[in-house]
Amino acid sequence: MDGEELTEQETALYDRQIRVWGADAQRRLSKAHILVCGMKGTIAEFCKNIVLAGIGSLTLVDDRVVTEEALSANFLIPLDENVYAGKTLAELCCDSLKDFNPMVRVSVEKGDLSSFGGEFYSKFDVVVVSCCSFTTKKLINEKCRKLSKRIAFYSVDCRDSCGEIFVDLQLHTYSKKKLEETIECQLQYSSFEEAISVPWKILPRKVSKLYFALRVIERFEEAEGRNPGEVSIADLPSVLKLKKELCDEHSLNESHIPDALLERLVSSTREFPPVCAILGGILGQEVIKGISGKGDPLKNFFFFDAMDGKGLIEDISNSAGS
Amino acid sequence: MASQQQFSAIKGAKVLMVGAGGIGCELLKTLALSGFQDIHIIDMDTIEVSNLNRQFLFRQSHVGLSKARVARDAVLRFRPQISITPYHANVKDSNFNVDFFKQFNVVLNGLDNLDARRHVNRLCLAADVPLVESGTTGFLGQVTVHIKGKTECYECQPKPAPKTYPVCTITSTPTKFVHCIVWAKDLLFAKLFGDKNQENDLNVRSSDASSSSNHVEDVFERRNDEDIEQYGRRVYDHVFGYNIEVALSNEETWKNRNRPKPIYSRDVLDNELTRQNGNMDKNCSTNCPSSVSAMAALGMKNPQDIWGLMENSRIFLEALKLFFSKREEEIGNLTFDKDDQLAVEFVTAAANIRAASFGIPLHSLFEAKGIAGNIVHAVATTNAVIAGLIVIEAIKVLQNDTKNYRMTYCVEHPARKMLLMPVEPFEPNKSCYVCSETPLLLEINTHRAKLRDFVDKIVKATLGMNLPLIMHGSALLYEVGDDLDEAMVANYAANLEKVLSELPSPVTGGTMLTVEDLQQEFSCNINIKHREEFDEEKEPDGMVLSGWAPPPTVEGANKTIDNAGSTSEALPVEAEKSEEIETAPGKKRKLIEVSKNDGTSNAEEIKKNEKLQVLDDDDDDDLVILDGGDLGFSPSKKKCQW
Ligand SMILES: [Zn+2]
Repeated sequence: MDGEELTEQETALYDRQIRVWGADAQRRLSKAHILVCGMKGTIAEFCKNIVLAGIGSLTLVDDRVVTEEALSANFLIPLDENVYAGKTLAELCCDSLKDFNPMVRVSVEKGDLSSFGGEFYSKFDVVVVSCCSFTTKKLINEKCRKLSKRIAFYSVDCRDSCGEIFVDLQLHTYSKKKLEETIECQLQYSSFEEAISVPWKILPRKVSKLYFALRVIERFEEAEGRNPGEVSIADLPSVLKLKKELCDEHSLNESHIPDALLERLVSSTREFPPVCAILGGILGQEVIKGISGKGDPLKNFFFFDAMDGKGLIEDISNSAGS
Repeated sequence: MASQQQFSAIKGAKVLMVGAGGIGCELLKTLALSGFQDIHIIDMDTIEVSNLNRQFLFRQSHVGLSKARVARDAVLRFRPQISITPYHANVKDSNFNVDFFKQFNVVLNGLDNLDARRHVNRLCLAADVPLVESGTTGFLGQVTVHIKGKTECYECQPKPAPKTYPVCTITSTPTKFVHCIVWAKDLLFAKLFGDKNQENDLNVRSSDASSSSNHVEDVFERRNDEDIEQYGRRVYDHVFGYNIEVALSNEETWKNRNRPKPIYSRDVLDNELTRQNGNMDKNCSTNCPSSVSAMAALGMKNPQDIWGLMENSRIFLEALKLFFSKREEEIGNLTFDKDDQLAVEFVTAAANIRAASFGIPLHSLFEAKGIAGNIVHAVATTNAVIAGLIVIEAIKVLQNDTKNYRMTYCVEHPARKMLLMPVEPFEPNKSCYVCSETPLLLEINTHRAKLRDFVDKIVKATLGMNLPLIMHGSALLYEVGDDLDEAMVANYAANLEKVLSELPSPVTGGTMLTVEDLQQEFSCNINIKHREEFDEEKEPDGMVLSGWAPPPTVEGANKTIDNAGSTSEALPVEAEKSEEIETAPGKKRKLIEVSKNDGTSNAEEIKKNEKLQVLDDDDDDDLVILDGGDLGFSPSKKKCQW
């Protein structure tokens, strides 16, 4: 980097983590600008982690107002109507996050994510979205990809006790230690659209069942014009029907998407706080890795299900990306 | 999300959290969000600046306050209706006894040291309360479940002992920087600023050189009215110059080693320069001891710089001078503390000067502090993940969902695509001295070792007892407690100084001793075997305790984790972490261990160990057994109702 030194204050505050990732990574972090959207529990966890880590700035987008659901897994919002009345989720979270680390600039951007143009996105190094529709996810991912500046794109979602992280770092160059040497590595990522277009049939047989199940739910919400998470147990028959159609279309044995899993995913869509903590932690770590360019980053999906306790990485890329 | 059953289990639960640090803050937050209503939390620590990068419930303005209390207040802001009871106290205090533990449905540990973990393990066993244990270091972490009689206890597998070094490596023949640090911290710092009555090996240069102690005492004692500058130089010249000369005179030692170079202050610093050192007035406008700094006095700012011999020498003399001029009342009572800036400066400088003398590469204050303070590498993200996993296990424990208990490892490099790896808990070790009744075997020289050696090295340090009582048959040899009368206290004090075979009830080969801790409600038997000789290098304690478990053997070990490429060596660790990312018994075990090679603990990860019992569903087949089947399928298939 440009050899700027960390201040005394930074060295004291970040002492323990500099011992993990080094002073150079800490300097890169302090220059990174991150945009997040969808201020629910998982994103709250993620924001806490990267603000503590000492990124340069964090911009929050979420114009929704407080609802019981929005509070359920979000520790950034004080449970006090006098505090939260009349404010958006982004504003409330911003107030709390500012407090976590005075060295990080935290701010709010109003408006609809999909309406922002390339100029807006080019202000950031990292874009993280949560609870947004299939279409919006694809759209934002493409907007990031069209810019000449490389912007890392992540999405994260928690439904019940299950979660998914998607990562698109485009062409990512990084260093890692191999034995005693530091070596340079490169990875080519697929966009979200490219990744989910990979025919199911050619995926390895052991791919996480959550991958398929979440695609079914995503397609269902899209087809029905629902907001993300706007499903209930009453939708189960239609979801199961869609699952059958998709399996037929992809020539995939239906047993890869257990009905019981779909039932869990539609019957409760609230975030389960321990899973938010796990997803927010893993995602925080990945974003730090991506910014610092140190260590193997996750490519390109991560799944967690509290029921079996496994945190799995899956690489689902089109041929150009593999 | 939560089933009705799960919801009521959470709501009705009374949980005890031990530790409000890195894992503790995350855990308290996640418990509160998950719907827990009655949480008790014990932590004796107060908040420090270096906590703020991950212990997110704390702010700059909280520095110096109780972690347990501040954590409670912070969580009540977003969950005001729940009950959180903080205890700013040591979990080893006697009021946290078995009855106290019995009131809880589950105990959750977010601790930072082996001692407290063992203590809590014993209380949970005695109170028969389930324990969920955790630890993190850097990107690695683990969560384990300990249920009396069902799964192994925390101590079923031996923990790697804290690294010790042969005395002569430290006093005479250092080869690594850590040896210089140990010398500077445990010998020189302790000698100059610590308890003068403590035994100190500073001048033990070889086995034949223990006679000159009279001369030596004089050197470290500041003479009446002696100029502080002069005193500092005298100490400097003695330890870095004279002592090295004396050591060099023993040709035998240096036959196969590089000869060290004596360093005298006059060769490094000219007299005038050091005279100017003492511009203390400008840095010490405040009288707060913690703000006294030799670096500040000398205008040095960056703790990541590696100072040369001259700078180290100036820091050495300046720090010594500041101790005597600004903190004189503490001299004689100081112990090294990694958060004591001046102490860290002194130890860094002394270690570096010694390193220079022995041709060992010098290190920055930042690095030296890490080594000297056994500083853990800690990041918020791992703690958050681990806290989530603890809550998931705790909920299973509350529902008595035995079949789904897991221990989970958080790894840095995925093994079998897994970053979070659940493993079925192990059964209790039938020969565990803590949770079974198997006696231990102690080899010791009963004609030479004193009862004090046995108490300090075995009963306290190895067995982790807090308030021990030692019996030989029905004869009490030793006990600790508030309610002893004077005669007994005197009697026990006299026993401590006796060699084992000369105790009122002699302890010899074949004797069985019973050692108990009444607070922990824990006792074990030790069979004594007399042995004449011990290897000074390999068995520096002069005694060997064995008998409860096979030594750890892990296949494919010794792969070093690179901590994101930043730290070439991991350091010995002792905070929210792991002496403890534990090791395995012979087979059927696992994947991470933190070993300690010469003070550098390399977290080791074993990838693709076929013996690893990772739970895998049956994805290999296209045929999937749906839940509800009453077949004996793997527990992971069995439905746990979230
Ligand atoms: Zn045990």
